[in-house]
Amino acid sequence: MKKTGAQILVDCLVKEGVDTIFGYPGGAVLTIYDALYHSPLRHILVRHEQGAVHAADGYARASGKPGVVIVTSGPGATNTVTGIATAAMDSSPLVVFSGQVNSPLIGNDAFQEADIVGITRPCTKNNYLVKDVKELARTIREAFYLVRTGRPGPVLIDIPKDIQAHSTDYVFPKQIVPRGYHPTYKGHPGQIQRCLEMLATAERPVLYIGGGVILSGAAPEIRKFAEAENIPVTMTLMGLGGFPGSHRLSLGMLGMHGTYWANLAVTECDLLIGIGARFDDRVTGKVNEFAPLAKKIHIDIDPTSISKSVKVHLPIVGDVKHVLRQLLADAPRPRAQVAQARQKWLKRIAEWKKDKPLSYRSGKMIKPQAVVEALCRATKGDAIITTEVGQNQMWTALFYEFNHPRQLITSGGLGTMGFGLPAAIGAQAAFPGKTVIDIAGDGSIQMNIQELATAVQHKLPVKVAILNNGFLGMVRQWQKLFYGGRYSHSRMDVSPDFVKLAEAYGATGLRAQRPGEVEAVIAKALKTKGPVVMDFVVEPEEDVSPMVPAGEAINKMILL
Amino acid sequence: MRKHTISVLVENQFGVLAKVAGMFSARGYNIESLSVAETLDPTISRMTIVTRGDDQIIEQITKHLNKLVPVIKVSDLTGTAHIDREMALIKVEAKEKNRAEILRIAEIFRGKILDVSPTSFVIEVTGDDEKIAAFIALLKPLGIKEVGRSGKVAMGRGSKTTD
Repeated sequence: MKKTGAQILVDCLVKEGVDTIFGYPGGAVLTIYDALYHSPLRHILVRHEQGAVHAADGYARASGKPGVVIVTSGPGATNTVTGIATAAMDSSPLVVFSGQVNSPLIGNDAFQEADIVGITRPCTKNNYLVKDVKELARTIREAFYLVRTGRPGPVLIDIPKDIQAHSTDYVFPKQIVPRGYHPTYKGHPGQIQRCLEMLATAERPVLYIGGGVILSGAAPEIRKFAEAENIPVTMTLMGLGGFPGSHRLSLGMLGMHGTYWANLAVTECDLLIGIGARFDDRVTGKVNEFAPLAKKIHIDIDPTSISKSVKVHLPIVGDVKHVLRQLLADAPRPRAQVAQARQKWLKRIAEWKKDKPLSYRSGKMIKPQAVVEALCRATKGDAIITTEVGQNQMWTALFYEFNHPRQLITSGGLGTMGFGLPAAIGAQAAFPGKTVIDIAGDGSIQMNIQELATAVQHKLPVKVAILNNGFLGMVRQWQKLFYGGRYSHSRMDVSPDFVKLAEAYGATGLRAQRPGEVEAVIAKALKTKGPVVMDFVVEPEEDVSPMVPAGEAINKMILL
Repeated sequence: MRKHTISVLVENQFGVLAKVAGMFSARGYNIESLSVAETLDPTISRMTIVTRGDDQIIEQITKHLNKLVPVIKVSDLTGTAHIDREMALIKVEAKEKNRAEILRIAEIFRGKILDVSPTSFVIEVTGDDEKIAAFIALLKPLGIKEVGRSGKVAMGRGSKTTD
């Protein structure tokens, strides 16, 4: 059957199982938008293309399905770059379609022309410029295969305007597998055996799990493995929810703002098993003093992650779910002597925890940590939480107890301010019935606040909790600790009245100024049907604690 | 920091060279020489890349090359029996008094005279990088006007192939 490029695109999306796309029309995608007009696809019209990519990313992280974006050429395309880089760093599956100027004009500095394939080359898993309408369906098929397999990541497809209008004979192609692309899923049996041997004698083991556990759907296997072996589990920011925070074996987050006991456990352990994590600098601190007593095992689907920053004793390349199943199939019960030692190890960790629990001092003003705790209580720890970046993100990681995978959606690798609100919109689009809350700061919320209009227009009842301290809080904290208290341009003297702003957008605005008002505001927000912005006026100079200074070993924590 | 010659089979598509070169520059690795051309199969090109690094860096380079979707196969030829060749075109000043000497040197190196003018020769020479360096060093005192050098092309010895 003959179809135009635009019709092929829409048909491929439907056949790939896409139900929702995030986008913004413009000159170079008018033909695609015309084909969308009668399509069954739900289109969410954002207010800025960066918002479209973060929303698709939030949709993908909440649902595990690829997020899809359509934008126009030139500025439409370049506005997606921060979103694409964010998704690339956190291995989020996105397919981004950008319009391009007519093929004969490419390279001519035509109106709204940008070399988006060139610009996104280093921050996509792969990208394509479609030069012939006959190639379009194949390309889309390959793109979806790439984002669904191996280590996920964003893929961009640039489609010139004339290609969208050209017609060709079309059948939905069979699975397209690029010939040089063979992700490894199963762990090498020899390495599995070696892993089990190392495990058998480990008296102070720690599992260190990251976002890969969530991406591969391995949370049940992690739990089985940890329980069978009686091993404590610490999580990276991306790994939170990969193991229940309320579990007796959970150590919470490790790293720069990790818990005291998690960082000490990693420093003192004799076996560290990294699973779907990448020994990021925010986790390791000073690399050569990271887990100095431990033999290290690293399980990851991406060979380039292994021995990149920390040389490990035993690498296992594979999908963590597969590898954990292989380990579980062969793991003998720990011998009595080892089991006893591990019991002692857990006791020692429990003492560290008792010694230096997470804490903050209450005062006359609202404490941001108390807001996060109140949100956790009010939602029974069951909401989908997105965050912005900075103190709000760290307080969320420390004070909201995540018990399920895909519950925390945050920009971990790139640390993109302005991520949380559009990501919440995307997550809400995936789960209309769930409570979705963006925990934000007064600085970062203003980086994509325009997306409130998107939430209102599409009736996506996201809740935003602004921890409003009048500062770029994490910048201020570093300035206080490491730059002699010189608060260089980190004070935001002027912000909009967030309550009035919410109302201007057609959302609901609520404010709490005293500790006693926090719970009532949250209760009211959760009862309100549409989008709500909660403005919590919090202690202006509260710090995130613990903190490991950049470049220090992670047991050198400052407790503030 | 050892020199490595890496043979990479890639999809013969536009943008693949930029992807490979971009990976090197983005991660702070250096390309010392590079040659690219179609293979027998017109949908596949071979890149021969010469780079330098310790074992850990070379391991990362190899893995990152493999990670690029249009890369089909990566073989590090260093440490395996292989042959490599470069080619250079050298334009040398040919004054009456040293024309004979230039021709003699060219002959020793099995160079080919490609162009002759009253005041210059263009000589083609092929070999490994040491041979070409030696050839250039010998001609230098006689007056080299211009040098054009190719990247390295390499292949494993014996009947085994990298395809």
